[in-house]
Amino acid sequence: MLELRNVSKYYNAGTVNEMCLFRNFNLSIEDGEFISVVGSNGSGKTSMLNIICGSIEVDSGSIWLQDSEITNVKEYKRLEKIGRVFQNPAMGTCPNMTILENMSIADNKGRPYNLGRGISKKRNAHYQSLLSQLNLGLEDKLQVKVGSLSGGQRQALALLMSTMTKIDFLILDEHTAALDPKTAEIIMELTDKLVTEKKLTTIMVTHNLRYAVEYGNRLIMMHEGKAILDKKGKERDSLKVDDVLDIFNDISIESGN
Amino acid sequence: MTLVLSVLEQGMIYAIMALGLYITYKILDFPDLTVDGSFPMGVAITALMISKDMNPLLTLPVSFLLGALVGICTGLIHVKLKVRDLLSGIIMMTALYTVNLRIAGRANLPIYNNTTIFDNDFVNAVVPESLSRFKTVLIILIITLIVKYILDWYLHTRSGYILRAVGDNEAIVTAMAVDKGKIKIIGLAIANGLVSLSGCVFAQQQRFFDISMGTGTMVIGLASVIIGTSLFKKITVMRVTSSVIVGSIIYKACVAIAIKFGFGSTDLKFITAALFLFILVIGKERNHKVKEKPEQAVKAEAQQEKNSGRR
Repeated sequence: MLELRNVSKYYNAGTVNEMCLFRNFNLSIEDGEFISVVGSNGSGKTSMLNIICGSIEVDSGSIWLQDSEITNVKEYKRLEKIGRVFQNPAMGTCPNMTILENMSIADNKGRPYNLGRGISKKRNAHYQSLLSQLNLGLEDKLQVKVGSLSGGQRQALALLMSTMTKIDFLILDEHTAALDPKTAEIIMELTDKLVTEKKLTTIMVTHNLRYAVEYGNRLIMMHEGKAILDKKGKERDSLKVDDVLDIFNDISIESGN
Repeated sequence: MTLVLSVLEQGMIYAIMALGLYITYKILDFPDLTVDGSFPMGVAITALMISKDMNPLLTLPVSFLLGALVGICTGLIHVKLKVRDLLSGIIMMTALYTVNLRIAGRANLPIYNNTTIFDNDFVNAVVPESLSRFKTVLIILIITLIVKYILDWYLHTRSGYILRAVGDNEAIVTAMAVDKGKIKIIGLAIANGLVSLSGCVFAQQQRFFDISMGTGTMVIGLASVIIGTSLFKKITVMRVTSSVIVGSIIYKACVAIAIKFGFGSTDLKFITAALFLFILVIGKERNHKVKEKPEQAVKAEAQQEKNSGRR
């Protein structure tokens, strides 16, 4: 379980440009939930993910993970149990290293990066079987540098790498936004498969309302730092794309977008 | 013949330093000016130890460790005190000028009559008289190759992988639950250790320490790295480390030829700078620090706009 308790975050505090992003924001995420988060630009979706991961600090309030406070835990320490995929496919992989080297690094997460050999040949078959489920032909390209792959291939690899070791949380930050519609579809299906298989608690930020409704078991709509819509269970299942779109339009008109 | 020998000797000595710069410049993408101070530091500590008649073999590990310590300092300034990479190096380089003077005790310290790794009872007994003019180049070759193979091995360990990852994409290192600052410090330590080790061998080959020896180290090293990596880019069987070593020898040869064609030794630094500029332009490496990243971001943004337009 992950909890944000009374979290406040200001940008440019103390200046004329002061902007309040969150004021006493609360959110609790149960284990096994797959949350889709939607909302307009600047509504605080990505900032919320950054706060959870520790990429940005909060001004007040606390963050709790499985009943222990992690507010002051450094980003890299928190990521031991969190996997994160970014919007930009280049963020999740090392372009100048081969697919095999990238996967070896990801495979070693949680263990020391010591003077042992970087690649263990015994694991190659395992990597190939993981890659073959992508159906992108990457399993035959272990020695190819990731920089020469397409955005979709890289994102698929990034998704695979972030879920290779045992993690509690998967954070997806508009991870299909930079992909063409067909590739986005493939990545979403893969995401769903990985989440179900590994029983990952997942938070997915997306601008695609159809994905938000189609995937996951809880839906949150953010607006000006508040969760104005939070549906789970039966309520969530009866939700349709058009309903979400209507609410979305209402708040957009309200704020003049 | 003497010219060829001296090019090979100095080329391979500077190659050790270039391997260090390969780590900071190519792998970490960190323009580390500390080397202008850590190279003469290796020279200074070696000159001091040799002048005190210590075992010359001991100078190698001592120089490496001292250089590594300096690299750690640069890393701490950059990572913990959040000073920009270029400035951290400049701060250390400036401070090291004084440190080097203190180590050597004065601005110039000759060690002409002392035992060195090239000139000691053991080497003189093993190498026959007829080959004595090659003994220096042979010993340098052995040292450089040992350094190369250790570095090759290291870059293929897990630690080496994460080091390469930190220069390639910092976000990935954080995502692997590793402190990227720590990895940068390790990289800087190894790099400056190698640079100082190169200074150690240089001191014993030149047989003196001079405070101005470090000026331009960075330029020489970068030129070697860029010549090596761009010249042998296509040859995949050749390890990058070997390319850097050959690059360093080629660079030294270019400088030697320039001097042969009438330039005086006072023109050396100008030749160094001009040659480096020439290599940068030819090698198209000018924008290394800001390569790729903005381009990718722009691409991703454009694609995102395209997608949102479609929906």
